[in-house]
Amino acid sequence: MEQRKEASIINVRDLNLFYGEKQALFGVDLAIQEKEVTALIGPSGCGKSTFLRTLNRMNDLIDGVKITGDVVIDHENIYRSNDVIKLRTKVGMVFQKPNLFPMSIYDNVAYGPRMQGIKNKKELNIIVEDSLRSAAIWDEVKDRLKTSALGLSGGQQQRVCIARAIAMKPDIILMDEPTSALDPISTLKIEELITNMKKDYTIVIVTHNMQQAARISDKTAFFLNGEIVEYDDTDNIFSTPQDQRTEDYVTGRFG
Amino acid sequence: MRQFKDNLLRVLIWLSAFLSVAVLVMIVGFIFYKGIGLINFNFIFGDYSPDGGGGIWPMIVTTIYTVLISLVIATPIGILAAVYLQEYAKQGRLVRLIRFATESLTGIPSIIYGLFGAVFFVTTLKLGMSILAASLTLTIIVLPVIIRTTEEALKTVPRSYREGSLALGTTKLQTLYKVILPSSMPGILSGIILSVGRIVGESAAIFLTAGTVAAMPDGILSSARTLTVHAYLVTQESGDIELAAAVGIVLIVLILAINLSATYISKKFNKATNK
Repeated sequence: MEQRKEASIINVRDLNLFYGEKQALFGVDLAIQEKEVTALIGPSGCGKSTFLRTLNRMNDLIDGVKITGDVVIDHENIYRSNDVIKLRTKVGMVFQKPNLFPMSIYDNVAYGPRMQGIKNKKELNIIVEDSLRSAAIWDEVKDRLKTSALGLSGGQQQRVCIARAIAMKPDIILMDEPTSALDPISTLKIEELITNMKKDYTIVIVTHNMQQAARISDKTAFFLNGEIVEYDDTDNIFSTPQDQRTEDYVTGRFG
Repeated sequence: MRQFKDNLLRVLIWLSAFLSVAVLVMIVGFIFYKGIGLINFNFIFGDYSPDGGGGIWPMIVTTIYTVLISLVIATPIGILAAVYLQEYAKQGRLVRLIRFATESLTGIPSIIYGLFGAVFFVTTLKLGMSILAASLTLTIIVLPVIIRTTEEALKTVPRSYREGSLALGTTKLQTLYKVILPSSMPGILSGIILSVGRIVGESAAIFLTAGTVAAMPDGILSSARTLTVHAYLVTQESGDIELAAAVGIVLIVLILAINLSATYISKKFNKATNK
Protein backbone atom coordinates (compact mmCIF):
# COMPACT_ATOMS: atom_id res chain seq x y z
CA MET A 1 0.00 0.00 0.00
CA GLU A 2 2.80 2.42 0.90
CA GLN A 3 4.65 1.59 -2.28
CA ARG A 4 1.57 2.26 -4.34
CA LYS A 5 1.30 5.75 -2.91
CA GLU A 6 4.82 6.54 -4.06
CA ALA A 7 4.03 5.94 -7.72
CA SER A 8 0.59 7.47 -7.73
CA ILE A 9 -0.01 10.66 -9.67
CA ILE A 10 -3.44 11.35 -8.22
CA ASN A 11 -4.06 11.05 -4.51
CA VAL A 12 -7.54 11.58 -3.18
CA ARG A 13 -8.08 11.62 0.57
CA ASP A 14 -11.38 11.77 2.40
CA LEU A 15 -13.21 13.56 -0.38
CA ASN A 16 -16.77 14.66 0.37
CA LEU A 17 -18.95 16.47 -2.13
CA PHE A 18 -22.27 18.17 -1.57
CA TYR A 19 -24.82 19.45 -4.07
CA GLY A 20 -26.36 22.03 -1.78
CA GLU A 21 -27.66 19.95 1.16
CA LYS A 22 -27.40 16.62 -0.61
CA GLN A 23 -24.18 14.71 -0.15
CA ALA A 24 -23.04 12.91 -3.30
CA LEU A 25 -19.59 11.60 -2.34
CA PHE A 26 -18.69 10.15 1.05
CA GLY A 27 -15.07 10.07 2.22
CA VAL A 28 -13.57 8.85 -1.04
CA ASP A 29 -9.93 7.69 -0.84
CA LEU A 30 -8.19 6.75 -4.05
CA ALA A 31 -4.62 6.61 -5.32
CA ILE A 32 -4.31 6.48 -9.09
CA GLN A 33 -1.13 5.17 -10.68
CA GLU A 34 0.81 6.90 -13.37
CA LYS A 35 0.45 5.60 -16.94
CA GLU A 36 -2.24 3.12 -16.14
CA VAL A 37 -5.88 2.96 -17.07
CA THR A 38 -8.12 3.23 -14.03
CA ALA A 39 -11.79 2.40 -14.53
CA LEU A 40 -14.56 3.73 -12.33
CA ILE A 41 -17.61 1.47 -12.42
CA GLY A 42 -20.92 1.37 -10.62
CA PRO A 43 -24.65 1.80 -11.18
CA SER A 44 -26.18 5.08 -12.39
CA GLY A 45 -26.11 7.84 -9.82
CA CYS A 46 -23.39 6.21 -7.73
CA GLY A 47 -21.16 9.28 -7.98
CA LYS A 48 -18.54 7.99 -10.39
CA SER A 49 -18.98 10.83 -12.89
CA THR A 50 -19.18 13.37 -10.10
CA PHE A 51 -15.95 12.01 -8.72
CA LEU A 52 -14.27 12.18 -12.12
CA ARG A 53 -15.26 15.81 -12.44
CA THR A 54 -13.65 16.71 -9.15
CA LEU A 55 -10.30 15.79 -10.68
CA ASN A 56 -10.31 18.74 -13.10
CA ARG A 57 -12.66 20.88 -11.04
CA MET A 58 -15.45 20.77 -13.61
CA ASN A 59 -17.88 20.69 -10.69
CA ASP A 60 -16.89 24.30 -10.04
CA LEU A 61 -19.24 25.22 -12.89
CA ILE A 62 -22.27 24.01 -10.95
CA ASP A 63 -23.80 26.37 -8.42
CA GLY A 64 -23.93 25.20 -4.84
CA VAL A 65 -21.29 22.48 -4.98
CA LYS A 66 -19.20 22.17 -1.83
CA ILE A 67 -16.14 20.00 -1.54
CA THR A 68 -14.08 18.92 1.47
CA GLY A 69 -10.99 16.74 1.57
CA ASP A 70 -7.85 16.66 -0.50
CA VAL A 71 -7.18 15.97 -4.15
CA VAL A 72 -3.45 15.98 -4.79
CA ILE A 73 -2.37 15.79 -8.40
CA ASP A 74 1.33 15.74 -9.12
CA HIS A 75 2.15 16.94 -5.58
CA GLU A 76 -0.25 19.83 -5.78
CA ASN A 77 -3.44 20.11 -3.79
CA ILE A 78 -5.77 21.28 -6.54
CA TYR A 79 -8.45 22.67 -4.22
CA ARG A 80 -5.89 24.78 -2.35
CA SER A 81 -4.51 26.35 -5.49
CA ASN A 82 -6.63 28.72 -7.49
CA ASP A 83 -5.06 28.08 -10.84
CA VAL A 84 -7.88 26.11 -12.44
CA ILE A 85 -6.55 26.98 -15.91
CA LYS A 86 -3.19 25.34 -15.24
CA LEU A 87 -4.90 22.31 -13.71
CA ARG A 88 -7.09 21.82 -16.78
CA THR A 89 -4.15 22.07 -19.15
CA LYS A 90 -2.57 19.20 -17.21
CA VAL A 91 -5.76 17.19 -16.80
CA GLY A 92 -7.66 16.83 -20.07
CA MET A 93 -11.20 15.55 -20.44
CA VAL A 94 -13.27 13.64 -22.97
CA PHE A 95 -17.01 13.78 -22.51
CA GLN A 96 -19.88 11.33 -22.88
CA LYS A 97 -21.09 12.79 -26.15
CA PRO A 98 -18.66 14.17 -28.69
CA ASN A 99 -18.70 17.93 -28.15
CA LEU A 100 -16.61 19.35 -30.96
CA PHE A 101 -17.10 23.04 -31.64
CA PRO A 102 -18.79 24.18 -34.85
CA MET A 103 -15.44 24.83 -36.52
CA SER A 104 -13.13 22.95 -38.83
CA ILE A 105 -11.35 19.81 -37.66
CA TYR A 106 -8.07 21.70 -37.66
CA ASP A 107 -9.44 24.58 -35.61
CA ASN A 108 -10.93 22.19 -33.09
CA VAL A 109 -7.63 20.45 -32.42
CA ALA A 110 -5.67 23.71 -32.51
CA TYR A 111 -8.17 25.41 -30.19
CA GLY A 112 -6.48 24.61 -26.88
CA PRO A 113 -2.90 25.39 -27.97
CA ARG A 114 -4.06 28.62 -29.61
CA MET A 115 -5.77 29.70 -26.42
CA GLN A 116 -2.47 29.06 -24.66
CA GLY A 117 -0.94 31.64 -26.97
CA ILE A 118 0.69 29.45 -29.62
CA LYS A 119 0.36 31.34 -32.90
CA ASN A 120 3.16 29.92 -35.03
CA LYS A 121 1.56 28.15 -37.96
CA LYS A 122 4.24 25.49 -38.33
CA GLU A 123 4.12 24.69 -34.66
CA LEU A 124 0.33 24.41 -34.76
CA ASN A 125 0.48 22.21 -37.86
CA ILE A 126 2.81 19.83 -36.06
CA ILE A 127 0.65 19.75 -32.92
CA VAL A 128 -2.51 19.09 -34.94
CA GLU A 129 -0.95 16.30 -36.98
CA ASP A 130 0.69 14.64 -33.98
CA SER A 131 -2.49 14.82 -31.96
CA LEU A 132 -4.65 13.39 -34.73
CA ARG A 133 -2.11 10.62 -35.29
CA SER A 134 -2.06 9.79 -31.59
CA ALA A 135 -5.84 9.59 -31.66
CA ALA A 136 -5.66 7.21 -34.66
CA ILE A 137 -7.80 9.45 -36.84
CA TRP A 138 -5.18 11.22 -38.97
CA ASP A 139 -5.58 9.00 -42.03
CA GLU A 140 -9.33 9.47 -42.05
CA VAL A 141 -9.30 13.26 -41.83
CA LYS A 142 -5.99 14.44 -43.26
CA ASP A 143 -7.60 15.47 -46.57
CA ARG A 144 -10.45 17.36 -44.94
CA LEU A 145 -8.83 19.20 -42.06
CA LYS A 146 -10.42 22.48 -43.10
CA THR A 147 -13.98 21.12 -43.30
CA SER A 148 -16.45 21.24 -40.45
CA ALA A 149 -15.77 18.77 -37.67
CA LEU A 150 -19.51 18.28 -37.28
CA GLY A 151 -19.63 16.47 -40.63
CA LEU A 152 -17.76 13.48 -39.17
CA SER A 153 -19.44 10.37 -37.80
CA GLY A 154 -19.98 10.10 -34.05
CA GLY A 155 -17.06 7.74 -33.57
CA GLN A 156 -14.74 9.92 -35.63
CA GLN A 157 -15.87 12.99 -33.71
CA GLN A 158 -15.08 11.31 -30.42
CA ARG A 159 -11.55 10.45 -31.62
CA VAL A 160 -11.08 14.08 -32.70
CA CYS A 161 -12.23 15.03 -29.18
CA ILE A 162 -9.47 12.80 -27.84
CA ALA A 163 -7.02 14.46 -30.26
CA ARG A 164 -8.19 17.83 -29.02
CA ALA A 165 -7.43 16.79 -25.45
CA ILE A 166 -4.06 15.32 -26.48
CA ALA A 167 -3.10 18.59 -28.22
CA MET A 168 -2.77 20.17 -24.79
CA LYS A 169 -0.09 17.59 -23.92
CA PRO A 170 -1.75 16.74 -20.62
CA ASP A 171 -0.41 14.24 -18.10
CA ILE A 172 -3.83 12.85 -17.31
CA ILE A 173 -6.90 12.32 -19.46
CA LEU A 174 -10.31 11.90 -17.87
CA MET A 175 -12.96 10.09 -19.87
CA ASP A 176 -16.60 10.22 -18.91
CA GLU A 177 -18.27 7.23 -20.58
CA PRO A 178 -16.62 8.12 -23.89
CA THR A 179 -18.22 5.28 -25.84
CA SER A 180 -21.75 5.35 -24.46
CA ALA A 181 -23.06 7.22 -27.51
CA LEU A 182 -21.18 5.11 -30.06
CA ASP A 183 -21.78 1.97 -32.10
CA PRO A 184 -19.83 -1.23 -31.29
CA ILE A 185 -17.21 -0.79 -34.05
CA SER A 186 -16.44 2.80 -33.05
CA THR A 187 -16.34 1.65 -29.43
CA LEU A 188 -13.78 -0.99 -30.30
CA LYS A 189 -11.59 1.59 -32.03
CA ILE A 190 -11.69 3.90 -29.02
CA GLU A 191 -10.87 1.02 -26.69
CA GLU A 192 -7.84 0.11 -28.80
CA LEU A 193 -6.84 3.74 -28.76
CA ILE A 194 -7.07 3.94 -24.98
CA THR A 195 -4.90 0.85 -24.61
CA ASN A 196 -2.27 2.43 -26.86
CA MET A 197 -2.47 5.78 -25.13
CA LYS A 198 -1.59 4.54 -21.68
CA LYS A 199 2.12 4.42 -22.44
CA ASP A 200 2.01 8.22 -22.58
CA TYR A 201 -0.91 9.20 -20.40
CA THR A 202 -2.60 8.38 -17.16
CA ILE A 203 -6.21 7.62 -18.00
CA VAL A 204 -9.18 7.62 -15.68
CA ILE A 205 -12.32 6.33 -17.35
CA VAL A 206 -15.88 6.14 -16.13
CA THR A 207 -17.78 3.34 -17.79
CA HIS A 208 -21.17 1.74 -17.56
CA ASN A 209 -19.90 -1.22 -19.41
CA MET A 210 -18.22 -3.80 -17.21
CA GLN A 211 -16.78 -5.72 -20.12
CA GLN A 212 -15.15 -2.52 -21.23
CA ALA A 213 -13.61 -1.98 -17.81
CA ALA A 214 -12.37 -5.57 -17.82
CA ARG A 215 -10.91 -5.22 -21.31
CA ILE A 216 -9.02 -1.97 -21.02
CA SER A 217 -8.27 -1.08 -17.41
CA ASP A 218 -5.44 -1.98 -15.06
CA LYS A 219 -7.23 -0.94 -11.89
CA THR A 220 -10.92 -0.74 -11.17
CA ALA A 221 -12.78 1.16 -8.50
CA PHE A 222 -16.35 0.13 -7.74
CA PHE A 223 -18.58 2.98 -6.61
CA LEU A 224 -21.87 2.55 -4.81
CA ASN A 225 -24.00 5.32 -3.30
CA GLY A 226 -21.16 7.82 -3.34
CA GLU A 227 -18.59 5.55 -1.71
CA ILE A 228 -15.83 3.37 -3.05
CA VAL A 229 -16.72 -0.18 -2.12
CA GLU A 230 -13.63 -1.78 -3.55
CA TYR A 231 -10.53 -0.71 -5.42
CA ASP A 232 -8.03 -3.21 -6.75
CA ASP A 233 -6.36 -4.62 -9.83
CA THR A 234 -9.02 -5.11 -12.48
CA ASP A 235 -8.32 -8.84 -12.65
CA ASN A 236 -9.00 -9.21 -8.94
CA ILE A 237 -12.17 -7.13 -9.06
CA PHE A 238 -13.63 -9.34 -11.75
CA SER A 239 -12.30 -12.74 -10.62
CA THR A 240 -12.03 -12.59 -6.85
CA PRO A 241 -13.86 -9.56 -5.48
CA GLN A 242 -13.51 -9.15 -1.72
CA ASP A 243 -16.83 -7.48 -1.11
CA GLN A 244 -20.16 -9.21 -1.64
CA ARG A 245 -21.65 -6.06 -3.24
CA THR A 246 -18.82 -5.91 -5.79
CA GLU A 247 -19.40 -9.53 -6.66
CA ASP A 248 -23.13 -8.96 -7.04
CA TYR A 249 -22.51 -6.01 -9.33
CA VAL A 250 -19.83 -7.50 -11.56
CA THR A 251 -21.79 -10.69 -11.99
CA GLY A 252 -24.77 -8.62 -13.07
CA ARG A 253 -27.05 -9.24 -10.13
CA PHE A 254 -27.91 -5.53 -9.95
CA GLY A 255 -27.04 -2.24 -11.61
CA MET B 1 -69.04 13.21 -35.89
CA ARG B 2 -65.28 12.92 -35.39
CA GLN B 3 -64.82 13.08 -39.11
CA PHE B 4 -66.92 16.23 -39.20
CA LYS B 5 -64.93 17.89 -36.42
CA ASP B 6 -61.73 17.02 -38.17
CA ASN B 7 -62.92 18.57 -41.41
CA LEU B 8 -64.22 21.65 -39.65
CA LEU B 9 -60.89 22.19 -37.95
CA ARG B 10 -59.07 21.71 -41.21
CA VAL B 11 -61.23 24.35 -42.89
CA LEU B 12 -60.66 26.75 -39.97
CA ILE B 13 -56.90 26.28 -40.10
CA TRP B 14 -56.88 26.74 -43.84
CA LEU B 15 -59.06 29.81 -43.56
CA SER B 16 -56.82 31.42 -40.94
CA ALA B 17 -53.75 30.82 -43.04
CA PHE B 18 -55.49 32.17 -46.12
CA LEU B 19 -56.74 35.22 -44.25
CA SER B 20 -53.34 36.23 -42.94
CA VAL B 21 -51.74 35.87 -46.35
CA ALA B 22 -54.65 37.65 -48.02
CA VAL B 23 -54.36 40.65 -45.70
CA LEU B 24 -50.66 40.95 -46.47
CA VAL B 25 -51.24 40.66 -50.20
CA MET B 26 -54.04 43.20 -50.02
CA ILE B 27 -52.00 45.80 -48.15
CA VAL B 28 -48.95 45.42 -50.33
CA GLY B 29 -51.16 45.34 -53.42
CA PHE B 30 -52.99 48.48 -52.38
CA ILE B 31 -49.77 50.37 -51.68
CA PHE B 32 -48.24 49.29 -54.97
CA TYR B 33 -51.42 50.00 -56.93
CA LYS B 34 -51.66 53.51 -55.52
CA GLY B 35 -48.03 54.44 -55.48
CA ILE B 36 -46.22 52.68 -58.29
CA GLY B 37 -47.15 55.40 -60.77
CA LEU B 38 -44.99 57.93 -58.95
CA ILE B 39 -41.91 55.76 -58.65
CA ASN B 40 -39.12 56.76 -61.00
CA PHE B 41 -35.45 57.54 -60.78
CA ASN B 42 -35.98 61.19 -59.94
CA PHE B 43 -38.49 60.37 -57.21
CA ILE B 44 -36.01 58.19 -55.38
CA PHE B 45 -32.73 59.97 -56.01
CA GLY B 46 -33.92 63.53 -56.55
CA ASP B 47 -33.77 66.27 -53.96
CA TYR B 48 -37.00 67.27 -52.29
CA SER B 49 -38.86 70.38 -53.30
CA PRO B 50 -41.81 71.75 -51.33
CA ASP B 51 -44.06 72.31 -54.34
CA GLY B 52 -44.94 68.62 -54.38
CA GLY B 53 -42.54 67.55 -57.09
CA GLY B 54 -39.03 66.35 -56.51
CA GLY B 55 -37.73 63.28 -54.79
CA ILE B 56 -37.39 61.71 -51.38
CA TRP B 57 -33.63 61.16 -51.35
CA PRO B 58 -33.17 63.32 -48.19
CA MET B 59 -35.65 61.12 -46.30
CA ILE B 60 -33.93 57.94 -47.45
CA VAL B 61 -30.59 59.31 -46.30
CA THR B 62 -32.07 60.39 -42.96
CA THR B 63 -33.61 56.95 -42.45
CA ILE B 64 -30.30 55.26 -43.16
CA TYR B 65 -28.52 57.64 -40.77
CA THR B 66 -30.91 56.86 -37.91
CA VAL B 67 -30.63 53.12 -38.52
CA LEU B 68 -26.84 53.18 -38.57
CA ILE B 69 -26.35 55.46 -35.57
CA SER B 70 -28.91 53.66 -33.42
CA LEU B 71 -27.42 50.26 -34.22
CA VAL B 72 -23.83 51.39 -33.67
CA ILE B 73 -24.80 52.45 -30.16
CA ALA B 74 -27.40 49.83 -29.28
CA THR B 75 -25.72 46.66 -30.58
CA PRO B 76 -22.56 46.64 -28.43
CA ILE B 77 -24.41 47.82 -25.32
CA GLY B 78 -27.20 45.30 -25.86
CA ILE B 79 -24.86 42.37 -26.45
CA LEU B 80 -22.68 43.22 -23.47
CA ALA B 81 -25.73 43.64 -21.24
CA ALA B 82 -27.10 40.27 -22.36
CA VAL B 83 -23.73 38.60 -21.79
CA TYR B 84 -23.62 40.05 -18.30
CA LEU B 85 -27.15 38.93 -17.48
CA GLN B 86 -26.73 35.45 -18.92
CA GLU B 87 -23.11 34.56 -18.22
CA TYR B 88 -21.77 36.64 -15.36
CA ALA B 89 -24.54 37.94 -13.11
CA LYS B 90 -25.48 35.81 -10.15
CA GLN B 91 -29.03 34.74 -10.95
CA GLY B 92 -31.03 36.42 -8.23
CA ARG B 93 -33.13 39.42 -7.27
CA LEU B 94 -31.12 42.03 -9.16
CA VAL B 95 -31.06 40.07 -12.42
CA ARG B 96 -34.79 39.40 -12.16
CA LEU B 97 -35.33 43.11 -11.67
CA ILE B 98 -33.22 44.02 -14.71
CA ARG B 99 -35.06 41.42 -16.82
CA PHE B 100 -38.40 42.75 -15.65
CA ALA B 101 -37.29 46.29 -16.52
CA THR B 102 -36.12 45.40 -20.03
CA GLU B 103 -39.30 43.43 -20.62
CA SER B 104 -41.43 46.34 -19.50
CA LEU B 105 -39.46 48.66 -21.77
CA THR B 106 -40.55 46.69 -24.83
CA GLY B 107 -44.20 47.23 -23.94
CA ILE B 108 -44.12 51.01 -23.63
CA PRO B 109 -45.74 52.88 -26.54
CA SER B 110 -43.16 54.67 -28.62
CA ILE B 111 -44.74 58.08 -28.18
CA ILE B 112 -43.66 57.92 -24.52
CA TYR B 113 -40.06 57.35 -25.64
CA GLY B 114 -40.54 60.28 -28.01
CA LEU B 115 -41.64 62.54 -25.17
CA PHE B 116 -38.72 61.43 -23.04
CA GLY B 117 -36.32 62.01 -25.94
CA ALA B 118 -37.77 65.43 -26.60
CA VAL B 119 -37.27 66.43 -22.98
CA PHE B 120 -33.97 64.71 -22.23
CA PHE B 121 -31.94 64.54 -25.45
CA VAL B 122 -33.39 67.54 -27.28
CA THR B 123 -33.73 69.96 -24.39
CA THR B 124 -31.67 68.89 -21.41
CA LEU B 125 -28.66 67.64 -23.38
CA LYS B 126 -29.16 70.50 -25.83
CA LEU B 127 -28.90 68.26 -28.89
CA GLY B 128 -31.81 70.09 -30.43
CA MET B 129 -34.23 68.45 -32.84
CA SER B 130 -31.68 66.34 -34.61
CA ILE B 131 -30.85 63.00 -36.13
CA LEU B 132 -28.62 62.30 -33.14
CA ALA B 133 -31.40 62.97 -30.62
CA ALA B 134 -33.73 60.70 -32.60
CA SER B 135 -31.10 57.99 -32.89
CA LEU B 136 -30.43 58.04 -29.15
CA THR B 137 -34.15 57.75 -28.50
CA LEU B 138 -34.34 54.85 -30.94
CA THR B 139 -31.38 53.25 -29.19
CA ILE B 140 -33.43 53.07 -26.01
CA ILE B 141 -36.33 51.62 -27.97
CA VAL B 142 -34.36 48.79 -29.57
CA LEU B 143 -32.02 48.04 -26.66
CA PRO B 144 -34.48 45.66 -24.94
CA VAL B 145 -35.04 43.85 -28.24
CA ILE B 146 -31.33 43.25 -28.70
CA ILE B 147 -30.83 42.25 -25.08
CA ARG B 148 -33.70 39.74 -25.16
CA THR B 149 -32.78 38.09 -28.45
CA THR B 150 -29.10 37.91 -27.51
CA GLU B 151 -29.99 36.35 -24.16
CA GLU B 152 -32.16 33.76 -25.90
CA ALA B 153 -29.36 33.06 -28.37
CA LEU B 154 -26.82 32.60 -25.57
CA LYS B 155 -29.20 30.21 -23.81
CA THR B 156 -29.34 27.94 -26.84
CA VAL B 157 -25.57 27.37 -26.89
CA PRO B 158 -25.17 23.79 -25.65
CA ARG B 159 -23.60 23.37 -22.23
CA SER B 160 -21.26 20.85 -23.79
CA TYR B 161 -19.54 23.62 -25.77
CA ARG B 162 -18.81 25.56 -22.61
CA GLU B 163 -17.58 22.46 -20.80
CA GLY B 164 -15.52 21.37 -23.79
CA SER B 165 -13.83 24.72 -23.98
CA LEU B 166 -13.25 25.20 -20.27
CA ALA B 167 -11.92 21.65 -19.94
CA LEU B 168 -9.16 22.67 -22.35
CA GLY B 169 -7.84 25.16 -19.86
CA THR B 170 -9.36 28.28 -21.31
CA THR B 171 -10.61 31.25 -19.37
CA LYS B 172 -14.25 32.21 -19.23
CA LEU B 173 -13.60 35.20 -21.48
CA GLN B 174 -11.83 33.08 -24.11
CA THR B 175 -14.71 30.59 -24.07
CA LEU B 176 -17.19 33.40 -24.45
CA TYR B 177 -15.33 35.10 -27.23
CA LYS B 178 -14.26 32.07 -29.25
CA VAL B 179 -17.10 29.59 -28.78
CA ILE B 180 -20.22 31.01 -27.20
CA LEU B 181 -20.61 34.29 -29.08
CA PRO B 182 -19.82 32.81 -32.52
CA SER B 183 -22.36 30.03 -32.05
CA SER B 184 -25.04 32.45 -30.94
CA MET B 185 -24.35 34.85 -33.81
CA PRO B 186 -27.38 33.86 -35.94
CA GLY B 187 -29.69 34.63 -33.02
CA ILE B 188 -27.96 37.92 -32.30
CA LEU B 189 -28.21 38.86 -35.98
CA SER B 190 -31.93 38.18 -36.02
CA GLY B 191 -32.28 40.54 -33.06
CA ILE B 192 -30.46 43.21 -35.01
CA ILE B 193 -32.74 42.65 -38.02
CA LEU B 194 -35.78 43.03 -35.78
CA SER B 195 -34.29 46.25 -34.50
CA VAL B 196 -33.77 47.59 -38.00
CA GLY B 197 -37.43 46.95 -38.73
CA ARG B 198 -38.39 48.70 -35.54
CA ILE B 199 -36.22 51.74 -36.34
CA VAL B 200 -37.32 52.07 -39.95
CA GLY B 201 -40.95 51.66 -38.94
CA GLU B 202 -40.86 54.11 -36.05
CA SER B 203 -42.52 57.47 -36.59
CA ALA B 204 -43.95 59.01 -33.42
CA ALA B 205 -40.70 59.04 -31.46
CA ILE B 206 -38.74 60.39 -34.42
CA PHE B 207 -41.31 63.05 -35.14
CA LEU B 208 -40.79 64.43 -31.64
CA THR B 209 -37.00 64.26 -31.60
CA ALA B 210 -35.74 64.80 -35.14
CA GLY B 211 -38.41 67.18 -36.30
CA THR B 212 -39.75 67.40 -39.79
CA VAL B 213 -37.27 69.45 -41.82
CA ALA B 214 -37.61 68.19 -45.38
CA ALA B 215 -34.12 68.79 -46.60
CA MET B 216 -30.84 66.97 -46.96
CA PRO B 217 -29.34 66.78 -43.44
CA ASP B 218 -26.02 68.66 -43.04
CA GLY B 219 -24.86 66.24 -40.40
CA ILE B 220 -26.15 64.23 -37.49
CA LEU B 221 -26.96 67.38 -35.53
CA SER B 222 -29.38 68.76 -38.06
CA SER B 223 -33.10 68.23 -37.96
CA ALA B 224 -34.44 65.97 -40.68
CA ARG B 225 -37.35 63.83 -41.79
CA THR B 226 -37.37 60.06 -42.11
CA LEU B 227 -39.45 58.12 -44.63
CA THR B 228 -42.18 57.20 -42.15
CA VAL B 229 -42.50 60.73 -40.86
CA HIS B 230 -42.65 61.92 -44.46
CA ALA B 231 -45.44 59.47 -45.29
CA TYR B 232 -47.35 60.61 -42.23
CA LEU B 233 -46.96 64.33 -42.98
CA VAL B 234 -47.80 63.96 -46.66
CA THR B 235 -51.05 62.22 -45.80
CA GLN B 236 -51.78 64.63 -43.00
CA GLU B 237 -51.03 67.88 -44.84
CA SER B 238 -52.10 67.32 -48.41
CA GLY B 239 -54.04 64.10 -48.25
CA ASP B 240 -51.90 62.87 -51.11
CA ILE B 241 -52.41 59.14 -50.68
CA GLU B 242 -50.53 58.32 -53.86
CA LEU B 243 -47.40 60.09 -52.70
CA ALA B 244 -47.64 58.43 -49.28
CA ALA B 245 -48.10 55.06 -50.97
CA ALA B 246 -45.02 55.68 -53.13
CA VAL B 247 -43.02 56.36 -49.95
CA GLY B 248 -44.54 53.16 -48.59
CA ILE B 249 -43.20 51.19 -51.54
CA VAL B 250 -39.71 52.52 -50.90
CA LEU B 251 -40.05 51.55 -47.22
CA ILE B 252 -41.21 48.03 -48.03
CA VAL B 253 -38.42 47.49 -50.53
CA LEU B 254 -35.86 48.93 -48.11
CA ILE B 255 -36.91 46.61 -45.30
CA LEU B 256 -37.03 43.64 -47.65
CA ALA B 257 -33.52 44.44 -48.88
CA ILE B 258 -32.18 44.76 -45.33
CA ASN B 259 -33.81 41.47 -44.27
CA LEU B 260 -32.54 39.61 -47.30
CA SER B 261 -29.00 40.87 -46.88
CA ALA B 262 -29.08 40.02 -43.17
CA THR B 263 -30.29 36.50 -43.94
CA TYR B 264 -27.54 36.22 -46.52
CA ILE B 265 -24.91 37.37 -44.03
CA SER B 266 -26.13 35.00 -41.34
CA LYS B 267 -26.15 32.12 -43.83
CA LYS B 268 -22.61 32.94 -44.85
CA PHE B 269 -21.70 33.07 -41.21
CA ASN B 270 -23.25 29.68 -40.58
CA LYS B 271 -21.35 28.22 -43.47
CA ALA B 272 -18.10 29.56 -42.12
CA THR B 273 -18.68 27.89 -38.77
CA ASN B 274 -20.62 24.77 -39.67
CA LYS B 275 -19.44 23.54 -43.01
